[in-house]
Amino acid sequence: MSAATAAPGPGVVDYDDDIVRKFFLATAIWGVVGMLVGVIIALQLAWWPANLGLPWTTFGRLRPLHTNAVIFAFAGNICFTGIYHSMQRLLKTRMWSDTLSKIHFWGWQLIIVSAAITYPLGLTQSREYAELIWPIDVAVTLIWVVFAINFFGTLAVRKVKHIYVAIWFYMSFVITIAVLHIVNNLAMPATFLRSYPIYSGMTDALVQWWYGHNAVGFFLTTPFLGLMYYYLPKAADRPIYSYRLSIIHFWGLIFLYIWAGPHHLLYSGLPDWAQTLGMVFSIMLLAPSWGGMLNGLLTLKGAWHKLRTDPILKFMVVGVTFYGMSTFEGPMMSIRSVNGLAHFTNWVVGHVHSGALGWNGMLTFAVLYWLLPRLWNREVAYPKMVTQHFWLATIGIVIYTVAMWAAGLMEGLQWRAVDDAGQLANPIFIDIVHRLEPFYWLRLLGGSLYFVGAVMMLINVFKTVRGPERVAADTPATVPAR
Amino acid sequence: MAENEKDHGSEKKYGQIHRRVFESNAALFAVAATVAILIGGIVEIVPMFTEAITPYTPLEVAGRDIYVSEGCYLCHSQWVRPMRAEILRYGPWSRAWEYQYDRPFQLGSRRIGPDLHRVGNKYPDAWHYEHMRDPRSTTPGSVMPPYPWLLEDRIDPEDVRASVIALRKTGTPYTDEDVAGVEESLAEQGAEIVARLATAGIETTPDRAIVALIAYLQRLGVEGRAELEAQGVEY
Repeated sequence: MSAATAAPGPGVVDYDDDIVRKFFLATAIWGVVGMLVGVIIALQLAWWPANLGLPWTTFGRLRPLHTNAVIFAFAGNICFTGIYHSMQRLLKTRMWSDTLSKIHFWGWQLIIVSAAITYPLGLTQSREYAELIWPIDVAVTLIWVVFAINFFGTLAVRKVKHIYVAIWFYMSFVITIAVLHIVNNLAMPATFLRSYPIYSGMTDALVQWWYGHNAVGFFLTTPFLGLMYYYLPKAADRPIYSYRLSIIHFWGLIFLYIWAGPHHLLYSGLPDWAQTLGMVFSIMLLAPSWGGMLNGLLTLKGAWHKLRTDPILKFMVVGVTFYGMSTFEGPMMSIRSVNGLAHFTNWVVGHVHSGALGWNGMLTFAVLYWLLPRLWNREVAYPKMVTQHFWLATIGIVIYTVAMWAAGLMEGLQWRAVDDAGQLANPIFIDIVHRLEPFYWLRLLGGSLYFVGAVMMLINVFKTVRGPERVAADTPATVPAR
Repeated sequence: MAENEKDHGSEKKYGQIHRRVFESNAALFAVAATVAILIGGIVEIVPMFTEAITPYTPLEVAGRDIYVSEGCYLCHSQWVRPMRAEILRYGPWSRAWEYQYDRPFQLGSRRIGPDLHRVGNKYPDAWHYEHMRDPRSTTPGSVMPPYPWLLEDRIDPEDVRASVIALRKTGTPYTDEDVAGVEESLAEQGAEIVARLATAGIETTPDRAIVALIAYLQRLGVEGRAELEAQGVEY
């Protein structure tokens, strides 16, 4: 990784871009791995022999591997990529400690590898998106503290007094994930590999979904909004549409999000008042969510023509639009009666993937493609492939979500259908399972298209990184961002 | 990044206050953000008071650990909702107190297969044995993977004892005798299941993983249903 590291001139900050390149490559590689596991488990639902008859490859052991890889390895590493890159430039200072940056990077990758080993072995706490066994949870906590010290240390030594809106979102990410991770994982170890949570039953369920929902809120939303606030104006070469809107929607979002967890437990034994609070706050969340979406989209005012030629902006606009769609769908699904139909069905899977593939994935690809020539000071090896990736991913998402919506509605309606005599219209559960099969194949197709796009990006990245360096460096790494 | 922001006409007052108070003071900003994200959780996360239910036996604890380990919760919920169709399909809807000793909870979030909260006593032990060996032998067309290794794997009593001790520390009311008698209890309950399996022509030993899993599955929802029926609750 030989990048232009000319000696900084007077008044020029020597940014640490090596750590950014490391996180960048980790994002691209883990993304492909996580999506590959997704494709495999999608195949398992369509065709059960793909479970391979081995303990280590059953759906029940691989699904946590898929969710954890795409959330913590793919999405996590792009957040760190973007934070380490943009934060230094926004604050006009190098990261506070290069050593802590490196510990953070290698520690995080080691945690991902340990997850990839333990899940297939059946070592799990069964808490969705927090399945890691307790010794790895301790490691996550330590690495997060390292990251937080470096993050706040950098803020403390900043050369710019004003803290830009992207950093607010990063800050809420650093703080809230620490709180969520620690509280949700408080447990009593039985052996080195097994523990039992200090909470039980419905309380445990509530704590876990308080965590689970806010993992979406503070791992897949706030840091990504931070990325949007930095990279969208950069790519569009336009200022953020409204500073005031960013204030309201930031505070609105982080305050309201935390309350929404109980919408995962509607019609459960959870007290009604808690269920209702979860529903009401989920609906209110629409306002700050759309505030962010509109602030992003309206930033393109006067730059819409660039969409025609710039694939990076295409990725961003589709990403932000999917953010808007899934944050409309989410509150709607939190309404009790809608949830009564949607819960437990493939509709939820479709909803999650419109957010994950549409918002997180597309924004990640945009940031990676924007950074690629700048971090390595090289021309993108296959520029046309970027546009091809965009179309594959977009078509893939549409096929995926439409298939899952249809499947979800169908199974939800068939589970509850009652005939004229007041008996179940579909008393045999497996009959309904069979009717889902075509949708599972369709979903596999959509997911595979998305996966192929990610592989193309990885090829493009490796080819670019190994290509010749630019002769006339127009954006050397040592020149601060405007 | 002042250049990145566009002020529309005269900047409103709160914008100025926010800029002056928060946007130049990282520590204050961090404290305010922390307070903002703590309120919702503190209000909602309350311990739930529950009625009495019997803790899991050591064999059921071992079976539950297998259920968790294999990720059964990813395809099967344990949560019957208070809806007509669900009650018809599965039985009485799930009460909070039925989960009292569930650590971790196993409500699940997806029904690729049916709900299991009332599966206890629904099928004979032999059905579960055959179902785990080959799901399609009991449910033609099932999409569940087979779990033949559960028929071979063995339970280590010392491992189960460690679980019982840890669960006791979290508040499950196991006595000293319970902890001391783990091995005996495992053998006793295991032998009952082995005997029932033998009547169906299945030969196995009490220390197999499948026996523990059957013990756990056959217990699901049984005590709650009996309690509701004793109370005369209509569903």
